[in-house]
Parts: sequence; C-alpha cells; structure tokens
Amino acid sequence: MSTVEAKAPAGFAPVYTRPKSLSAARFTYCPGCHHGIITRLLAEAIDELGIVERTVGIAPVGCAVFLYEFFRCDFVQAAHGRACAVATGIKRANPDLIVFSYQGDGDLAAIGTAETVHAANRGENITVIFVNNQIYGMTGGEMAPTTLPGMRTVTTPEGRDVRTTGYPLRMSEMLAQLEGPAYITRQAVFDVRHVQMARKAIIKAFQNQIEGKGFSLVEIVAACPTNLRLSPPEAGRWVAEQALKYFPLGDLKVRE
Amino acid sequence: MRVLMRGNEAMAEGAIRAGCRCYFCYPITPQGELVEYMARHLPRHGGVFLQAESEVAAINMVYGAAAAGVRTMTSSSSPGISLKMEGISYLAGARLPAVIVNVMRAGPGLGNIAPAQGDYFQATKGGGHGDYRLIVLAPSTVQEAAELVMLAFDLSDRYRVPAMILADGMLGQMMEPVELPEPIPPEKIPPRPWAVSGAKGRPPNVISSFDLDPYRFREILRALWDTYREIEEKEVRWEEYATEDAELVLVAYGTMGRICRTVVRRARKEGLRVGLFRPISLWPFPSEPLRKLAERVPVLLTVELSAGQMWEDVRLAVEGRAKTPFYGELGGVVPTPDEVLREVKKHVHS
Amino acid sequence: MEIGVIFAGFGGQGILLAGKVLARAGMDQGFEVTWLPSYGPEMRGGTANCTVVIADEPVGSPIVDSPQILVAMNGPSFERFAPKVAPKGTIVANSSLISQGASRGDVRTLFIPMNEIAQDLGEPRCANMVALGATVKALGLLPLAAVIAAMEEELGARGREKLLAVNREALLRGYSLA
Repeated sequence: MSTVEAKAPAGFAPVYTRPKSLSAARFTYCPGCHHGIITRLLAEAIDELGIVERTVGIAPVGCAVFLYEFFRCDFVQAAHGRACAVATGIKRANPDLIVFSYQGDGDLAAIGTAETVHAANRGENITVIFVNNQIYGMTGGEMAPTTLPGMRTVTTPEGRDVRTTGYPLRMSEMLAQLEGPAYITRQAVFDVRHVQMARKAIIKAFQNQIEGKGFSLVEIVAACPTNLRLSPPEAGRWVAEQALKYFPLGDLKVRE
Repeated sequence: MRVLMRGNEAMAEGAIRAGCRCYFCYPITPQGELVEYMARHLPRHGGVFLQAESEVAAINMVYGAAAAGVRTMTSSSSPGISLKMEGISYLAGARLPAVIVNVMRAGPGLGNIAPAQGDYFQATKGGGHGDYRLIVLAPSTVQEAAELVMLAFDLSDRYRVPAMILADGMLGQMMEPVELPEPIPPEKIPPRPWAVSGAKGRPPNVISSFDLDPYRFREILRALWDTYREIEEKEVRWEEYATEDAELVLVAYGTMGRICRTVVRRARKEGLRVGLFRPISLWPFPSEPLRKLAERVPVLLTVELSAGQMWEDVRLAVEGRAKTPFYGELGGVVPTPDEVLREVKKHVHS
Repeated sequence: MEIGVIFAGFGGQGILLAGKVLARAGMDQGFEVTWLPSYGPEMRGGTANCTVVIADEPVGSPIVDSPQILVAMNGPSFERFAPKVAPKGTIVANSSLISQGASRGDVRTLFIPMNEIAQDLGEPRCANMVALGATVKALGLLPLAAVIAAMEEELGARGREKLLAVNREALLRGYSLA
C-alpha cells in the first residue's frame, strides 16, 4: 500500500490537512470517484467527535474493500453483504465501541438486503454509510440493484430493462418505513454545498450512536466516473441531473 | 450431582460453563432445545442471546462477536450449517476462535429431521471455500457432549481455529445423566490482544481474511497450516473398547459409536472377539492409532449413518493393512445393535 | 444388566413424561439410564413413543431391538411394538383402548383399564402414571417411592399439590394392579 506525506513548504501554512483518523495510506479509489470524498468525510466526523480510539469499522466487499488500510482505528473485514450482521455481533459483544459499516449498493441492497433490513428493524445501535453509485464498480461495471432504468452497464448492454430486471431499489425509503431505525437520510457529494450537508449527516449518524438512539443510515448518491465513462465533473453532473430524479435527497426518517 | 439432561441442553450448558457470552442462532429441528436453553439461561449469566434473521446472519454475528474478543457460539442442523459455511470459511481465514454445533439430520436438501452422519465430509474436509480445516469433535454421550463443547472453546482459543461439534439428532434429543463440569473461571480464558476493542494506546487491530498479494497470502496460509500440523500432532482423541484381542473392530463415531458399544457386548456374549474404535476428534482424525490397530486386527468394519464418509479416512489410515468393509444406513434410519451384529457376523466367525 | 422399556401411545397421553419419570427414578437410584424420544412432527399429535434403558454400566445403544417391557397406551402402539417384546418380557396394555385377548403366548400381558382408572381419580391425564405404576411393579427394580419422588421432581414447578396427589394415587393404583 503506497503512502502519502503532506508537508507544507517553508513559509506556507497548511489549511487543508489530513484528518487525524486517516492513516498515511493512499486511497485506492479511481480519480474523481466520490468514495474518496465520502471516506474523508467519515474520517472528519470521527475526528470531530473524538472517537477514533473506540471506533471499529466494518470494511465491505466492493470498491471500499481496503477501507481498513485508510483508517487509524480497529477494523473488521466482512463477507460480501454481511457487514450489518458483523456490526451487530461486535456491538452486542462490546456496547462501548462505536461501530460503523461502510457499504456499497451491491453489498447493502443486493446480497446484504436481509442483514441490512433486520439490523435496521432491530434498531441496532450502529452507523451505516451506504454509498449508492448505481453500479458494481470493483467487479467491472455490472448492473446494481440501484442501476437506473435504461442505464447501460456491462450486464445490461442495451440499458436496464425494468421488465426483466426490475426497478432501482430505494433502500432508504424502504428502511424508513420500519419502526427500528432512528435516522435514515439520503445525501450527495457532487458539489461543496452537498458535501457539507453530507458531512453533517454523517456526524449526526455517529452522534445518534453515541447517545444510544439506535440504527442510523446515511445513503450517499455517488458517482463512478470510471464506469459511467464520464469525466469527474460530468459524472457529478450526471448524479445531479439523472440519479437524483430517482433518488431524491433529504431526511427520510428522523427520530428525535 | 448428576442431572438428567438432553444432549442439546448439555451442549448449551457446556457452552455457558465454558464462558460463552454471545450466542446467535436461527431455529431448526432437531437442535431446538439448545436454542431454547440459551434463550432462558444465557442472559442470566450476562450473555447475549440473539435470534438472527438467518443462519447466514447468525454466523456473521458470531464473526463480529469473536472479532470483538468474546467466546461465542452458534448452533444449527445440517441445512442451516450449509448456510453458515461462508461465515465459517471467513472465521477460519481471519483466525477467529468460535464454536459451531451441528446436530446433524438426514440430507441432502431438506431431507428429514432424523439422526444422520452425512455431514462428515462437510465438517472435516472444508465445506466452505478455501484451504482450511476445522477442529471437529464428535460426542457420543450427553456427558461427552457437555465436555467436548467446553474443550472446543479451549482448543479454538488455543489455536485460533474455529471448532465444530458434530452431533446428531439422536444425541441432541436423548436424555442421560450428566455430571456437569466446573465452569471455566473468566481469568482462565486466554486474553485476546488481537481483538477489536478500540485502538487506544496501540496500533489498530484489523481482523481480515484478505490479502491480494499471492505471495504474502501464501505465507499467511503456511502459518495457518503449521498450526494445523501442530493440532494433528497434539489433539488427536479417540477411544478403544475391547480391542486387545479383537479379530474385528468396529469403527464408528458419535451416536453410531455408542450403538456399536452395545454390539461389542452382545458379540462378546456370543464368543465373538469384537472391539470398538471410536474417533472423538474427527479432525484431526486418529489415523496413527488406527494404523497401529490395523497391523494386528484383520478386519476394521466402519459403521456410519451415511453412505460411507469417515470410511474414506479409515481406508487412508489403514492403507490396505487390514480389510475395511463398510456398513451404513441412509435417510435417517438408525440400525439397531442386532442389525449391526448381523453385519459383523458376515466378517467374523466364532 | 440392561433393561429396555418402550412407552408408546397417542401424542397427548403423557408418553414422554412417563418415560422421563422412569429414567429419572433410575438415575436417582444410581443406575445408568437413557431416555430417547421419537421426535418431530409426530410430537404434536399422532403417535408418540420413547425408549428408556436402565443399566448397571454405561448405556451403549439408546435404541432397543427387543424391549423387556412395552407400555402400550393405544391399539396402534400395541400392534407396532408387541411383536418386538423380548420372550418372557411384559406388555403393560391399556385395555381402555386395546381389545384384550390378542397377545403373544411367550410374554406376560397386563391389561389395565388406564383411562377408566384415571377418570375414577378425576384426572383423565394421569392414565400415564397408572401405566407407569404397573411398569414399576413389573420391572421390580425401583422402589415405588423413588418413582413418586421422580414424578414430583418432573412435574416440579408446574405441579400443584392437588395434581401431585392425583398422580401419586395413579402410580399407586397402577402398581397395585400389576
């Protein structure tokens, strides 16, 4: 794993520094990928709340599989889709820990749907970061449960046909129907304003856990420029103009 | 003091006495009493009982609790164990100690709920994906069920290798007097410096079975297999009964092992020199003692509630030194002692 | 010494409980015992049976080829298990539900109207203890007092004094009729 060293030249004061809870490891995400922003927001939230010494992360299977390399906190690598069950086991075994999972749409909304729904329904006191980029990035751009109608992927070369592959799954709306969760919100990171809102949502999702409020999930509608075959700015605009039509932003459930 | 307990209950009580404090399950017959016992008793010991949404979730909760450094267990029966295999492979890969109880029933598929031993291959040869082994212990009495669950926790901790108890529906359901072993005091449970407990004053701990570099991963697996070799050297367990002068030795484990004990007694009454070799650890398999036995006993008759699974290990151990016939029943049918005795008489004469 | 007893009847007749009480009494008297139920869907209605083995050395097989004693609480159980009883063995048959006469010559068959006796005692559910009382007498191995104590322990918290009293009486009646 390659590392980065940020050092300000003499006479310059650093204004944008690496969060303390991040290690020196270089992110393995593609250039322009929203994962990089989200991972950083997560680290900033952990720093702001001062919880790095009692936080345990669950790394998924997907583009964020190396997440444990990026953080200076304890980590557990989970099987594909099982992060919410693993988080349940850790949190139940040691309720003093702050436990979060970080999962993509394939992990959380396809193979791990049952684990996600039931952890939410039990109101497990954990924090879930759900990155919805409408594609299987790591395996090469296959259709995800969140792929938009008509969207071309390597497994829907003519575009997603809803008559044979169903519709994009709106997990947050589904989960918001349950009694168990404390906080379900959908955010995005394609511009500065949204990045700031997403940051606040992530902090709130951790704050809820610290206060024992229960299951909190932050969905982030993200872009995968590589598989969209778009430049990073174009991919960001694509999220704003296309993806948000299907995945409107905002709080879906807030239990005070 | 002896108490009358079901095998399922004795395994649950054994787990509690071994210091198991997180138990995750999904209901399935014929291990229901184990689940019920844990639901009633574990919370009283300050433990966590959680009925999961599936066997898949349950084993991954075990994975999480084990990562967090707690003695943890799940139990199921054959079809449920198949579902747990993914998580078991991850436990093995991440070197997490945990105990899995399989109260076997007849398969494949939904099969039925009668006792069977058709999961021997699954338990001892992998079952999940990848190059790994489980420590597999097979109790044949309710007493042994309680004791071996406790031993499974100790071995699993000592080697950081998950352990499986391979029981069956008959042992799970039957009652027998048990002298419950003394509980293991918490201070006797090995510390877990590798657990995820918050990276305070130490570098972060990572629990993972993942390494993209084949050469590095090879080294990890070599270390794992060094551990397996050590287990094979030190942890082989078996019982021999009336083998000293035997002309035929029955090789059987678990429920079939105890039925064969009755067969030996009946055969002896009729003047037949019959003995019993009962593997207690199925992995590591007691190959060496069996090989020694084969040098002086002409016939080793393997009896299983399967089409012949352990039989393969018997033949690998014996390597032609003795005759190795097989008798098995399928589908949940359990042969009676007389039925086995009839089979014995095909191979030995008074 | 190894004695096999099979209890069989309808689900709901208290078959499994009768076997458990016998096994517990055997254990309390220092014997090795096993109790093996038939399990599964048949536990909820249909037929039920259990096998108890009492021995003076660790029990091998908990399943029995030919029981020394069969307790048959209904017709189908009698038909199914009577042919398996060991020669010179005993069948304790519930004559309330099993027609008398049709039994083997090489075994001793005790026909006892268990349902009627239980009705008499004012508790139809205690027919199983009538059967067990007769079984204990036929067995000749365990003192009745030990069986009564085991019954009280089995019924334990769910047993009110009135219920314990009627079950004690049922055991005595069965014992005296064998």
